[in-house]
Amino acid sequence: MSAVLDVSDFSVEFRTRSGIVRALDRVAFTVGRGETMALVGESGSGKSVTAYALLGLLDAAGKITQGRAVLEGVDLTAASPGELARIRGKRAAMIFQNPRAALNPIRPIGQQIADVLRRHAGLSKRDAMAGAIDMLRQVGIPDPARRASAYPFELSGGMCQRVMIAIAVATRPALLIADEPTTGLDVTTQAVVMDIVAKLASETGMATILITHDLALAAERSARIAVMHAGHIVEDAATKTLLANPRHPYTRRLLAATPTAAGALSALRSIPGNLPDLRRDDLPPCRFAARCDRRLPGCDAGLVWRDIAPAQRIACWNPT
Amino acid sequence: MWRLAGSLPALVAVIIVTFVLTRVLPGDTATYFAGPTASAESIAQIRAALGLDRPLPEQFWSYVQALARGDLGMSLTTGQPVLVDIMNRLPASAELTLFGLLIAMGIAIPLGVLAAVKQGSLADHLCRVVVTAGVSLPVFFTGLLLVYVFYYLLGWSPAPVGRLDAFASAPPFITGFYLVDAALARDWETWHSALAQIILPACTLGLFALAPIARITRASMLAVLGAEFIRTARASGLSSRTIILTYALRNALLPVVTTLGMVFSFLLGANVLVEKVFAWPGIGSYAVEALIASDGAPVQGFVLTMAILYVLLNLTIDLVNRALDPRARHS
Repeated sequence: MSAVLDVSDFSVEFRTRSGIVRALDRVAFTVGRGETMALVGESGSGKSVTAYALLGLLDAAGKITQGRAVLEGVDLTAASPGELARIRGKRAAMIFQNPRAALNPIRPIGQQIADVLRRHAGLSKRDAMAGAIDMLRQVGIPDPARRASAYPFELSGGMCQRVMIAIAVATRPALLIADEPTTGLDVTTQAVVMDIVAKLASETGMATILITHDLALAAERSARIAVMHAGHIVEDAATKTLLANPRHPYTRRLLAATPTAAGALSALRSIPGNLPDLRRDDLPPCRFAARCDRRLPGCDAGLVWRDIAPAQRIACWNPT
Repeated sequence: MWRLAGSLPALVAVIIVTFVLTRVLPGDTATYFAGPTASAESIAQIRAALGLDRPLPEQFWSYVQALARGDLGMSLTTGQPVLVDIMNRLPASAELTLFGLLIAMGIAIPLGVLAAVKQGSLADHLCRVVVTAGVSLPVFFTGLLLVYVFYYLLGWSPAPVGRLDAFASAPPFITGFYLVDAALARDWETWHSALAQIILPACTLGLFALAPIARITRASMLAVLGAEFIRTARASGLSSRTIILTYALRNALLPVVTTLGMVFSFLLGANVLVEKVFAWPGIGSYAVEALIASDGAPVQGFVLTMAILYVLLNLTIDLVNRALDPRARHS
């Protein structure tokens, strides 16, 4: 499986009034053609920052300080803003949570899809609109020709997310980043939306990064899961391996904090402590150390990522 | 249509208040028109002729009756029906106000957009200076300053003597706007004369209107640029031109249009002073002259005209908002 996206040694910092936030530290992962990888972690762990940084959408305070992110042979970290704008939406696209707010409220939805087609496929107005209607059909919107002139406020949240997906995949990108795509949708709509993404991915060989805090969703929808904690990827393994045999203490805790259909709610265990303050100058090498019950003296010496089993990579000296 | 009906109570209130105000204001109309040498009998005679000796409710009733026939009364200063005077003078005020507003929009909206897109840039600082200056300089002061600099010192603009210089004659009446009428008649000499006369007072009004429009445009653009759908547009790789003009500006214009309505009504008020400074034959200067002469009917007519203009203005703003915002069309 050839890698569509190869991220290595990828670090991001934000300069704020109250200090430098070390939001991402040496993040590394690859996503192959047609593969779905999930990026899971609690709020503030750096999942969305990873996505924004990859696409060059960080606000002015955020800077990529080191590393590479190679998409189809092009290093995104070295691309100019103009080159990035041509790659975004064409080769790498993104969908967001809260789809209604993520669409332009006063522009017809068909027009919003057509805008992307005109920009990246160089289509004429008429061809772009025809393409937009075709995309609406592909994401399962009934009566697409009529719906193309609807506005976001006239559609349900699930319909808006379908439009969002249509905008993202209209140009057949090689990579789709889905940032909490089902948050705020009801359960049946969640399943439909994820089915649409999966169908388009399998049809076009598109690689998908699914960003979610919902481990159950990740387990169901992705072949591989990378667990993030405080800007580090602490464990990256095939979904089955990760669920059956998690090796990083944080992953283990995260699984214990996730409800299952079979388990009792009383069996859930919260994770003690909070994410460390990423503005600290004396951040420990392992950012989970303060919350970890398997901490060793050596943990303060440095952090390394190592393959503990085939296709299972962790950042821990004392794995479980 | 319902909005129009909803504004009727306001119009009734305006009629009552202006009637009472012109009666309680200091200054006696009869004394003023009888002249300084008039005897007490002739003053009483004039008072009786004007109906000013009757009780107030009776005066009000006859005023309302006349109003219902479209009769705003006679102006004692010009000797003409107030309605005729106002109809003659309204186009002058409207042309001036609209031109001033156009100048303000032409500068303030691009400035506000630039200031929001490039925060901390030269345009942003310029925007801040303009906003501060605009709110702190009164119109009669900027008006006099412009006349002093461009007429007296530089000699670039003609004397502030009204809508046309002494040698030009008014173009045939079509809209009452000299710039439009002269252009339609292809009378470019008159057009130039009208333009030269209107530019200073319009700039005075424009400077006054600039500040609120620039401020709202900047704030509204900033809010929209931070919205989630702009992030989507960026993530879709749309060009910054499309993002700023098609996606951000169109959304940002919604509050700007509402502000424009407010600014326009401020301008109608500011007009009174500007017309005085530039000897502009509009309804503002007409009302001021009538007020000084304690001539009640023109003042009442002026206030009523303004009230009707406000109502029409709000209706227009409403329609423009509906055209811009699909959500407003459905609610």
